[in-house]
Amino acid sequence: MNAALETRGLTRHFGGFTAVDDVSFSLPAGARQALIGPNGAGKTTLVNLLSGALPASAGQVVLGGEDVSALPMHLRVQRGLVRTFQISQLFAELSPLESVTLAVLQRAGRGAVWWRPLRRHRAEQDEAAALLARLRFSDAEATARTDLLPYGKRRMLEIALALALKPRVLLLDEPAAGVPPGESREVLDTVAALPRDVAILLIEHDMDLVFRFAERITVLALGAVLAEGTPAGIQRHPAVREAYLGEMAHAPAA
Amino acid sequence: MLTILLDGIASGMLLFVLACGLSVTMGLMNFVNLAHGAFGMAGGYVLVVLLQRWGWPFLACLPAAFLATALLGLLLERTLYARLYRREHLDQVLFSIGLVFMAGATADWLMGAQQQIIQLPAWLSGRVDLGIGELGRYRIFLILVCAGIVAGLQLGLLRTRFGAQLRAAVDDATVARGLGIPVPRLFAITFALGSGLAGLGGALGVEVLGLDPTFPLKYLVYMLIVVAVGGANTILGPALAALLLGVVDVAGKYWLPQLGAFIIYTAMVALLLLRPHGLLAKQA
Amino acid sequence: MRYAAEVALWLLALGSYWLFPDYLGLLAQVWIAALFAVSLDLLVGYAGVVTLGHAAFFGLGAYVAGILAVQGWGEPFSGLLLAGLAAALLGLLTAPLVLRGGELAGLMVTLGLALMLYEAANKAAFLTGGADGLQGVEIWPLFGRFRFDLYGRIAFLYALGVLFLCFMALRFLVATPFGLALRGIRGNALRMAAIGTPVRRRLMAAYAVSAGVAGLAGALLAQTAQFVSLDVLAFHRSAEGLLMLLIGGLGALYGAVLGAAAFTVAHHLLAEMTPQFWEFWIGAALVMLVMLGRGGMLGLLRRLGR
Repeated sequence: MNAALETRGLTRHFGGFTAVDDVSFSLPAGARQALIGPNGAGKTTLVNLLSGALPASAGQVVLGGEDVSALPMHLRVQRGLVRTFQISQLFAELSPLESVTLAVLQRAGRGAVWWRPLRRHRAEQDEAAALLARLRFSDAEATARTDLLPYGKRRMLEIALALALKPRVLLLDEPAAGVPPGESREVLDTVAALPRDVAILLIEHDMDLVFRFAERITVLALGAVLAEGTPAGIQRHPAVREAYLGEMAHAPAA
Repeated sequence: MLTILLDGIASGMLLFVLACGLSVTMGLMNFVNLAHGAFGMAGGYVLVVLLQRWGWPFLACLPAAFLATALLGLLLERTLYARLYRREHLDQVLFSIGLVFMAGATADWLMGAQQQIIQLPAWLSGRVDLGIGELGRYRIFLILVCAGIVAGLQLGLLRTRFGAQLRAAVDDATVARGLGIPVPRLFAITFALGSGLAGLGGALGVEVLGLDPTFPLKYLVYMLIVVAVGGANTILGPALAALLLGVVDVAGKYWLPQLGAFIIYTAMVALLLLRPHGLLAKQA
Repeated sequence: MRYAAEVALWLLALGSYWLFPDYLGLLAQVWIAALFAVSLDLLVGYAGVVTLGHAAFFGLGAYVAGILAVQGWGEPFSGLLLAGLAAALLGLLTAPLVLRGGELAGLMVTLGLALMLYEAANKAAFLTGGADGLQGVEIWPLFGRFRFDLYGRIAFLYALGVLFLCFMALRFLVATPFGLALRGIRGNALRMAAIGTPVRRRLMAAYAVSAGVAGLAGALLAQTAQFVSLDVLAFHRSAEGLLMLLIGGLGALYGAVLGAAAFTVAHHLLAEMTPQFWEFWIGAALVMLVMLGRGGMLGLLRRLGR
């Protein structure tokens, strides 16, 4: 079976510290996979390596059979590898409609059009409006300034921007972080409803969400893959239990 | 040849004293303070007034220049600068350019546009034969004083509690805050100290670098090079950078006067391209 | 409503030809300053690239147009166009240097490049006249018919016409997907890359366009004044451009025009005072406007309108 996304010996050092250590894993087409691990396990660094936000110290990232290790982020995105951010990265002064329209235009290859005004790009604007409506943005919310929206809506916009790109592989970096429990289900239901051919890797702390969503789970600890398997198998895995119990024992008093 | 080298070392050390405050403002506080040179100019004028008009002894004028500009720095930091730490760089740039213009105009209005000339005390004027050639007494004085300042700063940074807190804050301001280090007070004191040193550098430099209302802009580029090349985490880095710059500048003016300031601007751009992150080593 | 206000503004600009016949030279300066400010706004206000060296492009445009005329080609339109192209080319060549490192390093590079160009023009006296300025700029009549006159009639109309055309082109540009992408980059460059945008390529394009328009403004000054001094490349000009944007409001093309007009007229009115005094007020205005926050005149008008 062909992997949608694959890494081979992916490694990243920061000075003398190895944040991601020789990670090889693969994400099959249509996967619903979760990546978990205690704080500092290197989850977000791994996402940054996969998406191209950080260059790898060693190893490869292979997207649909193509080695994309040397490509910058925007070229990986153009090939269908899309991510969301744990800390929302939005356009504070633009409206959600403008923001999503930007993403749709870019996906359609019209991001640099300078000879035709925006208002004559009806199809792209309609698509953006429809996507936002599907994610339960009211018209008023879709046209308000993004920085004036409530937090939950901004997390949804973070996902809307990714969906607008029609990804083949979607990396979700704690999409429900900071969202109240009721709304976090809504966030994940939206994601789960995506077409089956989209491969999804969910990075998440909340184990309820992980077990509800994931068909396979990869556990990362100290930058390396500790275990991989079905949710039931992972729950019983002795090393995983120890890694998590260990985290609690050493948790800072903050 | 030796004279050029010595002149270069002297003006390089002056540049360091002028610029070291800026490297902390940019590195620690992440604040683009293009008005740093204005404090140097202020110190220079304090010296001119005290020495030439009020007849103070030269050695008493230097600490006075330091104190006056440090107080000025403290005042401005508390009233204006502190409000802009979290603003965008564009705001900081515009604000500090505004200060430069105001400072230049004020200096012009109070003191006139001409170059200031001072009368050094007899024991600092003239030359002295050290066996390796005739050297200006004032140059030697400058090198000794500035070397003392570098050593003092280095010791202070490494051996005192204040220095340890400052280094912690440069490394990571958020963590430092979490550890209970009073960062705002640290910023204020450091800013005042940096301004005072700039003032002292300006006062010492009247004889060597000159002093007129264009001083802040003229030496801005030099100070930025020192900060860009030297980095913000050490004392010795900027000190070495300043020495190198001083020697290159004096030699360039001596041997290639027809190129004028072109050499130094080119050096600045080239260094920025080679070390684009030197300005803010801890940007991440 | 908005449309009517725009038409009224341009009619007022044209009408000032008859309203203030004694100030046509000054008004031509206003249009030139406005063109410079608008070009800067595209870069700073829309794309979010901070620069301290925009005078480099203005100055290059001025010198290209001026030197062409001194060397015997005084036809205004082709000179204007060549000057704009030269400045755009310089923008395209220097953009990679400016956009290479972080924001702060880029800022210093713009400053350094502008200082280099100033010093180069200062030293290349055989070509530029150096500190004495470029003498003997002779511009041929516009369309072969309308001679640049002492009262500044032709200068006024020429500068206003070029401003109007460039303004409309930029107004169109910022309302295209490209313009929206620039605002996106200013808002969050990381996110722009994460939706697949080649951020640097967009910024380079914006840089070249902005530089080209600034070059046109410089050429206008050289052609209407029939003289070029080193002043066109001075740091002051870059800083004053930013001040105009602060006065008028960043990221709004009409704000840039209003800011440029307010600045130029204020400069003229205060010219009786000593120049040093004027510099003090520029500085004070910068400090106060930053302290009050951005938005400028246009922001104030919007707030009043609400």
